[in-house]
Amino acid sequence: MQDTLISLAYLVSSVLFILCLRGLSSPEQGRRGVFLGELGMLIAVLATLVKKEVISYEWIVAGLLLGSLIGTSISLKIPMTKMPERIAFSHAFGGLATALVGITEYHKLRGLFSELVVHAPVAGEHTINRLTMGALGFEVFLGSLTFTGSIMAFGKLQGVITGAPVTWKGQNAMNIGAFFGTIALLVYQVAFPESAPTWMFVVMCASGLTLGVLAVLPIGGADMPVVISLLNSYAGLAACATGFALKSNVLIISGALDGSSGFLLSMMMSKAMNRSFANVVFGAFGTAEGTAAPSAGGPAKSFNEATIEDAAAVLTASQTVIVVPGYGMAVSQAQHAVRDLAAALEKRGTEVKYAIHPVAGRMPGHMNVLLAEANVPYDSLYDLDMINDDFARTDAVLVVGANDVVNPGAKTDTASPIYGMPVFNVEQARSVIVLKRSMNTGFSGVENELFFLSNTMMVLGDAKKTILGLVNEVKGGGGH
Amino acid sequence: MSEDLVFGLYIFALATFVGYQVIARVPPLLHTPLMSGTNAISGISLVGSLVAAGAKHDLISSVLGFVAVTAATINVVGGFMITDRMLRMFKKGPTPKDSRKGAKA
Repeated sequence: MQDTLISLAYLVSSVLFILCLRGLSSPEQGRRGVFLGELGMLIAVLATLVKKEVISYEWIVAGLLLGSLIGTSISLKIPMTKMPERIAFSHAFGGLATALVGITEYHKLRGLFSELVVHAPVAGEHTINRLTMGALGFEVFLGSLTFTGSIMAFGKLQGVITGAPVTWKGQNAMNIGAFFGTIALLVYQVAFPESAPTWMFVVMCASGLTLGVLAVLPIGGADMPVVISLLNSYAGLAACATGFALKSNVLIISGALDGSSGFLLSMMMSKAMNRSFANVVFGAFGTAEGTAAPSAGGPAKSFNEATIEDAAAVLTASQTVIVVPGYGMAVSQAQHAVRDLAAALEKRGTEVKYAIHPVAGRMPGHMNVLLAEANVPYDSLYDLDMINDDFARTDAVLVVGANDVVNPGAKTDTASPIYGMPVFNVEQARSVIVLKRSMNTGFSGVENELFFLSNTMMVLGDAKKTILGLVNEVKGGGGH
Repeated sequence: MSEDLVFGLYIFALATFVGYQVIARVPPLLHTPLMSGTNAISGISLVGSLVAAGAKHDLISSVLGFVAVTAATINVVGGFMITDRMLRMFKKGPTPKDSRKGAKA
């Protein structure tokens, strides 16, 4: 009876989770969706606490309190510019939690540590069957891979680990070898779940941890949106495997939701870069050859370097302006300044829109969140397909720290590493103002012809400072 | 055993399908809240962690369970809170510019 009620409670939770995600189909319903998700989680936790397996509460209460404390303080304090880091961080925790649940369960069934300590297998009250073994194996492998992989992604985003791809010879062969070695271990353990030596399980766990590091190391900063989505997917699949191991449907359902969300996002991100999954994971964009490649233009092409006053004059003379933000806007935290500039222009009667590329920034939706934080209304944010035809009818485009997504070479230069990637047609606008820190190509090493076009003005320097200067000019100097 | 597996796979397949359908409708505008939202939901591994921490099997299990409960709770509490914080920021303009609603065609 009690078990039936608990199962029904889990069913209610699962439905609430689906409704939660459904709510995210529009900003108006989003918050209600979040509330439904919280309710679902509360029901699931309460149902679990009355389970007959749960007999002591001190560790549970301690964990819940500590977790809530850390979770709350991170969520309240973290600035929006640090969202990619926070997401990577939370994937690491998700991976850790599932891996630990798997290890504990295996220990319960096979006596992982008691063998080392007392040399006696745990009493045979539990048996481990093939399904449980297989599920636990997947869970622990994926969980530990997600854990270290996300920590690496976090390190790269934070700049603790170099954002540039780290590659060496035989890297892919080594990773693939380790991967299949692990699968072989898993197959053996599934074949002989009761008698397989426990060291195999330990090795599998270690191999997951190692592969997480090795798999993210060669991936460059610009590919982070795909990697983060992929880790999201892995964290979901690990939770799913937990569901198979513990025979818990709510875990399978929630894991599947998370897994399909991450997978869908990584597909979208890869498509927005015109690259296959395999290419992102094994390709290591902009490696040693990449930096040497852009020789097409020959030495020192000339570009129009403009002052803040020149740029302000163009902006004030424009009827329509499209802002194209990129990772550089996040780096210099210029979103509020951008908003001020748009407000000053709008006051003069200029129409200002924002063009948001799916892979602008370091995670899906990065730019939207930053601009929303700066109070930019979301109905002036436009997707690639919605706005790309408007550039030809636009007086001025303001590129704030974006590079690859405005590179016309992606459409014309078959030799370019980003050839085929859908990009904004900014060069069709009457004039283009590019705010950029310097003329360096950066580690992606892809040269951008846009910077050398006759209708492009380059304003070099920190984006935030430049925009604040522009705001001053537009407000005062421009005169009205 | 194989019945458990098949039953689990049924649920997995259907949930993946529902997930795909629901998530395909999320506009790119909300992709970051989507990520943190699904992250909070995948904190459901808390359910497994609670059993691990509360089953009183031995000290090692309890300690590992405790760490798992902490990590999962960070995701659940933090994930939902930050999703809500982000969604609160999304505001419509004062006057709708045209008949277009939201984003993504």
